[in-house]
Amino acid sequence: MESAAQMSHGKKIGDIVLAVENISLSFGGVRALSDISFQVREHQVLSIIGPNGAGKSSMLNVINGFYHPQEGLITYRGVTRKQMKPHEAARQGIARTFQNIALFKGMSTLDNIMTGRNTIMKSGLLWQALRIGPALNEELAHRERVEQIIDFLEIEHIRKTPVGKLPYGLQKRVELGRALAAEPSMLLLDEPMAGMNIEEKQDMSRFILDVNNEFGTTIVLIEHDMGVVMDISDHVVVLDYGKKIGDGLPDEVRNNQDVIDAYLGVSHD
Amino acid sequence: MDWLFFTEIVISGLMAGVMYSLVALGFVLIFKASGIFNFAQGVLALFAALALYDFLAPEGWFNQLFGFTLPVPLAILATAGVMVIVAWLIERLVLRHLVNQEGIILFMATIGLAYVLEGVGDILFGSDVKPLDIGIPQGAHDYLLDTYGLYIEKLEIFAAATAAVMVAVLAVFFQYTRIGRALRAVADDHQAALSVGISLRTIWVIVWAVAGFVALVAGIMWGSKSGVQFSLSLIALKALPVLILGGFTSVPGAIIGGLIIGVGEKLAEIYIGPFVGGAIENWFAYMLALAFLLFRPQGLFGEKIIERV
Amino acid sequence: MFYRETGQFKTSYTADEAIFPIAQDRWFIFGVIAIAVFVVPFLIDDYGANAVLLPFLAYALAAIGLNILTGYCGQVSLGTGGFMAVGAYSTYKLVTAYPDLNLIVIVILSGLITAAVGVLFGLPSLRIKGFYLAVATLAAQFFLVWMFNKFDWFCNNCATGQITMPTVDMFGLQITGPGADPATRYLFCLGIVAVFALLAKNIVRGRIGREWMAIRDMDIAAEIIGIRPLQAKLSAFAVSSFYVGMAGSLYFGVWLSSAEPGEAFDINQSFLVLFMVIIGGLGSIMGSFLGAAFIVLMPLVLKNFMVDGLNIAVVTAKHVEITLMGVLIIFFLIVEPHGLARLWQIAKEKLRLWPFPH
Repeated sequence: MESAAQMSHGKKIGDIVLAVENISLSFGGVRALSDISFQVREHQVLSIIGPNGAGKSSMLNVINGFYHPQEGLITYRGVTRKQMKPHEAARQGIARTFQNIALFKGMSTLDNIMTGRNTIMKSGLLWQALRIGPALNEELAHRERVEQIIDFLEIEHIRKTPVGKLPYGLQKRVELGRALAAEPSMLLLDEPMAGMNIEEKQDMSRFILDVNNEFGTTIVLIEHDMGVVMDISDHVVVLDYGKKIGDGLPDEVRNNQDVIDAYLGVSHD
Repeated sequence: MDWLFFTEIVISGLMAGVMYSLVALGFVLIFKASGIFNFAQGVLALFAALALYDFLAPEGWFNQLFGFTLPVPLAILATAGVMVIVAWLIERLVLRHLVNQEGIILFMATIGLAYVLEGVGDILFGSDVKPLDIGIPQGAHDYLLDTYGLYIEKLEIFAAATAAVMVAVLAVFFQYTRIGRALRAVADDHQAALSVGISLRTIWVIVWAVAGFVALVAGIMWGSKSGVQFSLSLIALKALPVLILGGFTSVPGAIIGGLIIGVGEKLAEIYIGPFVGGAIENWFAYMLALAFLLFRPQGLFGEKIIERV
Repeated sequence: MFYRETGQFKTSYTADEAIFPIAQDRWFIFGVIAIAVFVVPFLIDDYGANAVLLPFLAYALAAIGLNILTGYCGQVSLGTGGFMAVGAYSTYKLVTAYPDLNLIVIVILSGLITAAVGVLFGLPSLRIKGFYLAVATLAAQFFLVWMFNKFDWFCNNCATGQITMPTVDMFGLQITGPGADPATRYLFCLGIVAVFALLAKNIVRGRIGREWMAIRDMDIAAEIIGIRPLQAKLSAFAVSSFYVGMAGSLYFGVWLSSAEPGEAFDINQSFLVLFMVIIGGLGSIMGSFLGAAFIVLMPLVLKNFMVDGLNIAVVTAKHVEITLMGVLIIFFLIVEPHGLARLWQIAKEKLRLWPFPH
């Protein structure tokens, strides 16, 4: 774990790729996010932390277009938007995993990861029905890429197993594989290590850092395990009750009085 | 525009709507308590009407077995008893074995159930049309006809009153009795209800029995109107648009949806029908409900669902 | 012992992605096709064609169509009867307007017309889901049947709404109309069904099939990984209706030869096809065939058994048949909700170990 963290510190952090400006989101009368702004830089591993109900998942949902904030703007790689559909965000290169695993339970591991490449596949219905020429070549070419991801995540043995039958830890890995298959430029991970034991967490941390290092993918993740967060993050944003209460390097955040209060439950008056 | 004529159409539409509501109500009860889309509700009404007829008619099994027929109130009670037994059998033989299956599997099972009930009904009671007369007044309401020139069936007024009473009783039952609370708990979350010690099986028997009573009332009204016959089971199809309009889980939705469909259908028949060659009552209700859904996917009384991931 | 995949190594992704990756399965299916093509036509008579084989083939195609929509894409439809009517009436209009057109072209065109209608009625699926959608598809069922009944343009100004298939020849052989040879009719349907079943299999195991299944299993997640729900759902409606339309075309044109909208395409047809899909197995092309065979054969067997075997009156037998049909459906759902296709798989698993289970 230690060595991995140092490796990540040695890499080059680039320009701002994602800017979140003054985002406010509410459901009915309930305010989930108020006036949140932060930036994510190229190749960064940015963690969003905060107590339960702080609005972390909502923040990811706003970034990938699933929730539409009432106020604020999102700029991703020079494109500014107020509202967009999730599939449009996916086509811009934003992929994600979910807190409660959202795999396609009736499909095999292989098929699940193949769906991640759907946005890049092009051949039309007729060719697919005939399954010759471009359709077949395309299918095989993508199969090869998917097999590389399967190798990378060390899940060769469950290739043809329906994911509904897999244990939790493996499902999390397949979900990461599906997100990676889209070759995203930014990866949003919602509690990728929740409910895992220490070995599984180590594996998952290793995968995340490898993705970050080898593919240069920018990563935004939500995590509760402070040890993991401090080790693998380049930058940390802290939310509490829908407000941003901290934003900085892991060490800065660790010593921020507001953050300590929020975690220790000091009353808010 | 002829306002008297228009009023007459609207009122008769409302009355027809009440009849739809009666069937839709049975659907809603079962869907609320078990998440089952019960396609057999219409056949349940047919079955109840057949059983009731059997207790009353000289040629019925009951008379042949015991040598006498029952007076109307006792016959209705006996039929209610039959519906409880049917509910118990359905739970025992079908639902118990299908716990935790997907909605579509349960839905298919109720179609199978509809076949069984229809077949058994036919075998036991024969498939000819039977007139059902339990003393509900027939014909036009004289006072309304004489005073305002409105032609309204007494039967329909009676049905409307019965439906109103039934909804009130059901509301009280759901809101204030212990079983009603248990039913609502089960509707919210099967697992959670089980974990606080509510017996799912008992609840299912109760709710199917209650749906059976509602079917009995619907069967009586429809049977008195047009005789007890197979086509009774098809009124279930009439109740479906009511459901999508009112929402699958809302009792008031079933009532108001029924009224809207009833009136809409009658108006369309008169004012749109002639332009497209008539006989549009088969599909108009569906189109109306569909058009409505496009603007409000959760139905009239459904809550807007916040989707989470 | 004989059903082992040991020693069959796959050395390419092509081999690994074959429909029947195990050699014994391939031989089995080639055997079935060989019998269907080279043996059955010599044994077939009018009864066999009209009561068993033609309905089986037409329904199998319809079941594949509905399975694409319901089994693969998760959108329950109760409008199959209505869409079959679109296919049938398209065939009738095309055949009467262009008597010289090749019948295969007519069947495919009928499918395409039905696909267009299917997309139209699929539009609500973008807003509504689950049983709400199922009920909404009933609108298609009732509206379409009403339309064919009401407007006599569809039956070339007939009085009753009934359509009758004229005689059509193809390559010098009479395929439809009175006096057509049962073997020719059977082979014509078999050819179409076999080819299009293969095409359906290819679609469902490719990109589009995965898109559908993703929408079925979790539509929100599917959208977030970049699948356009609009495209996925409407393409499922289109392809599904295409198959159902072709099935309606064969159902009317080759099997029944004459049809009346109120009876031949009523809501019971929709249920019947849905039964086939569920009993055969949701999300399985093979299951569509098994389900169709089961639903076509069961009433025949029951009827033969009761009327000829037990001398029960025909009317009572009909009632008993309805009851038993319901009982069997419930029984099936309880015993194996994943259908005959799953039973088939389980049997194969057992066979793999047989006769040495350890």
